[in-house]
Amino acid sequence: MANKRIDEPTGTETMGHEWDGIEELDTPLPRWWLLTFYACILFAIGYVVVYPAIPLATRGTPGLWGWTSRGQLAQEMDKAKGEHAATLAALAATPIETLPGKPELMQAAVAGGRAAFRVNCVQCHGSGAAGSRGYPNLNDDDWLWGGDLRTIETTITHGVRFPGDDATRQSLMPSFGHDGILSAAQVDDVASYVRSLAKLEPAGAAAQRGAATFAANCVVCHGAEGKGSRAVGAPNLADAIWLYGGSHADVVASVTNAHAGVMPAWGAKLDPVTIKMLAAYVHSLGGGEASPQTPGTANVPAPVK
Amino acid sequence: MNAEAPPPPPALYAKRKAVFPRQIDGRFRRLKWLIMAVALGVYYVTPWLRWNRGPYSPDQAVLVDLAHRRFYMFAIEIWPQEFYFVAGLLIMAGVGLFLVTSAVGRAWCGYACPQTVWTDLFQHIDRFIDGDRNAQLRLQAAPWGPGKIAKRALKWSIYLGIAFWTGGAWIMYFADAPTLTRQFWSGQAAPVAYATVAVLTFTTFWLGGFMREQVCIYMCPWPRIQSAMLDEKSLLVTYKDWRGEPRGKAAKGSEKPLGDCIDCGLCTAVCPTGIDIREGSQIGCITCALCIDACDRVMGQLGRPRGLIDYATLEDSEREMKGEPATPHRKLIWHPRTLVYFGLWSAIGLTMLFLLGTRHHLALNVAKDRNPPYMLLSSGEVRNAYTLKLRNMEGRPRRIRVSLEGVPGAAMWTDETARSTSARTLTVTAAPDQTMPLRVYVAAPAGTASQPLEFELEALDREGGEASYHTRFDAPGGD
Repeated sequence: MANKRIDEPTGTETMGHEWDGIEELDTPLPRWWLLTFYACILFAIGYVVVYPAIPLATRGTPGLWGWTSRGQLAQEMDKAKGEHAATLAALAATPIETLPGKPELMQAAVAGGRAAFRVNCVQCHGSGAAGSRGYPNLNDDDWLWGGDLRTIETTITHGVRFPGDDATRQSLMPSFGHDGILSAAQVDDVASYVRSLAKLEPAGAAAQRGAATFAANCVVCHGAEGKGSRAVGAPNLADAIWLYGGSHADVVASVTNAHAGVMPAWGAKLDPVTIKMLAAYVHSLGGGEASPQTPGTANVPAPVK
Repeated sequence: MNAEAPPPPPALYAKRKAVFPRQIDGRFRRLKWLIMAVALGVYYVTPWLRWNRGPYSPDQAVLVDLAHRRFYMFAIEIWPQEFYFVAGLLIMAGVGLFLVTSAVGRAWCGYACPQTVWTDLFQHIDRFIDGDRNAQLRLQAAPWGPGKIAKRALKWSIYLGIAFWTGGAWIMYFADAPTLTRQFWSGQAAPVAYATVAVLTFTTFWLGGFMREQVCIYMCPWPRIQSAMLDEKSLLVTYKDWRGEPRGKAAKGSEKPLGDCIDCGLCTAVCPTGIDIREGSQIGCITCALCIDACDRVMGQLGRPRGLIDYATLEDSEREMKGEPATPHRKLIWHPRTLVYFGLWSAIGLTMLFLLGTRHHLALNVAKDRNPPYMLLSSGEVRNAYTLKLRNMEGRPRRIRVSLEGVPGAAMWTDETARSTSARTLTVTAAPDQTMPLRVYVAAPAGTASQPLEFELEALDREGGEASYHTRFDAPGGD
């Protein structure tokens, strides 16, 4: 523009425009700023060349170094796996009953099991393993199929009533009411009797009538005293824990339409070491039971099949 | 255009005038030597002092162990939870600076500040390599040639050596000094150690070798704070203009009466920040008192009374001018503001000493399981789970009894003991100088309501020690 002039006090040229007498100096950028700026440009060019940078139709330019964030993750995962390899190998070689005798290995197993539980088990059993209606609480001391390390491992491997696994935990309670085995009145009486076993109801006339029905239909699995049987996964009816609710209506519903909860056989999806770690974690939640021992061989683990 | 252009405005940027202070000897110079020796000695030697803490703790007397989160200072060991002790020390250092300022002015700036100590050291190297003030000025003005290059290279190498040693000594406070030295030279030390040494080497080289007084005048906030703290009762390096002016060299036969100042310029030549003290108190004066040494020497040679430049308060200067006696030194130092600062400083110090002396070396933290908050056992009992963190802050294993307070009928066991062993108390051995995690289950009879629960610790050794933690016991139907 025409109005460019040298500003006298500063000796700098103006931009050549003015508004109401206010002019702007064309002060050059400081040299250090320019040099930094040029250095950034050079860096950016180098960056574009060696790193993935320009998005194309299906994927971006790969860059000279071939670096990807996915590749870096894979590398880091491999490294972590390498670091855990020794522990995992030791776990694989250790029968689960002998884990409590190796505190460091046990700790590692519980930690690994906690991580695997978060991924595979929390959907049904809850993040605190407290379960919910129909999904057993794993913290307590009540076990349907048994609570020692080996038994828990078996249950996880083969699942419960899981179609497709021959060794799965199998049992079926008849739907006594629905299938017409018992009349509605009989079911009601049995419910009263069962609740009296757990001292939730006084042993009244209905309970006494139900006792006979119970003896004829239920003792096979639940036992004469209603204490259940772990061989067939029949729950203990005399304790305070009710998987499907303990109110009179709940018990009537359970006897009328039997429940048959299903748990997947994890042996098909997870490797044996992960299952071992899961069993150790579940066992560590506070309700774990000691492994059965043959008398006289106190420290020898039970024979492995 | 009119003939007369307006005069160009003064430049806003003042270029630095390099300072080449002249060597001077005197009582304050000797005091500075002493303080420099002590300060550098403390800085370089401290990490190498040993202190026996038994087999479980490091034997370095002063150690900031970041990796293990411990701070050791002779007999004192501080855990992160007790960091308020370190905060207290820092507050004491801050109040201590106020105290010193109110008692003896900018003594910190003049004698003990690292910037002053290292600048002083580097200025002595200048004199050692290049000669005293005049030789340095000549060399500065001389064109670059082999001699100048050699001298500069030698001088800057010595700067770099000292700077490196300064950075190297710093990292010794953060790890076992002999081990770290070995690791450092064999290339096995942590990268952060090398980075720290590099950064501190650079800052020492740059700030001590080249920035020098500009740090005090332009970069450091402390002179600004100090100028707000100084008043007419503060001890300052003061030129007694009423005695010195009019300054000048007495010409033979001149009738003009002159003051004591003969305008020899020695006070400005020795000044490490390059100021003229005769212009009065100013931010560039770090009160190192070297000009007092210089002027006292000249006055001595002239047979005039010393103290034309002297430590004096503004108030006393005026009294002296009127011929009144000066305030005694004791009163100069112990005035009300000093007493308040001293009281504050000692109160913090005594409180910390008391807390250090009476603190327990045992502590407890409890994290209650919230998912699930409580568990129903098959017997109908209610179980809660807790993670206890027992902190044994002694350097030896201790037997510790854990007991339950509250929740009648409740009993506890751990994840390593069987339910059948449950009881109201249990005894564990806590590893030395560590936090011991303990997983505890507490079961209470059916029907127990939600209520407060307290865990108590008691050390079973001779020293004893207790700790407790209030938490809750949750049950169905509770709030």
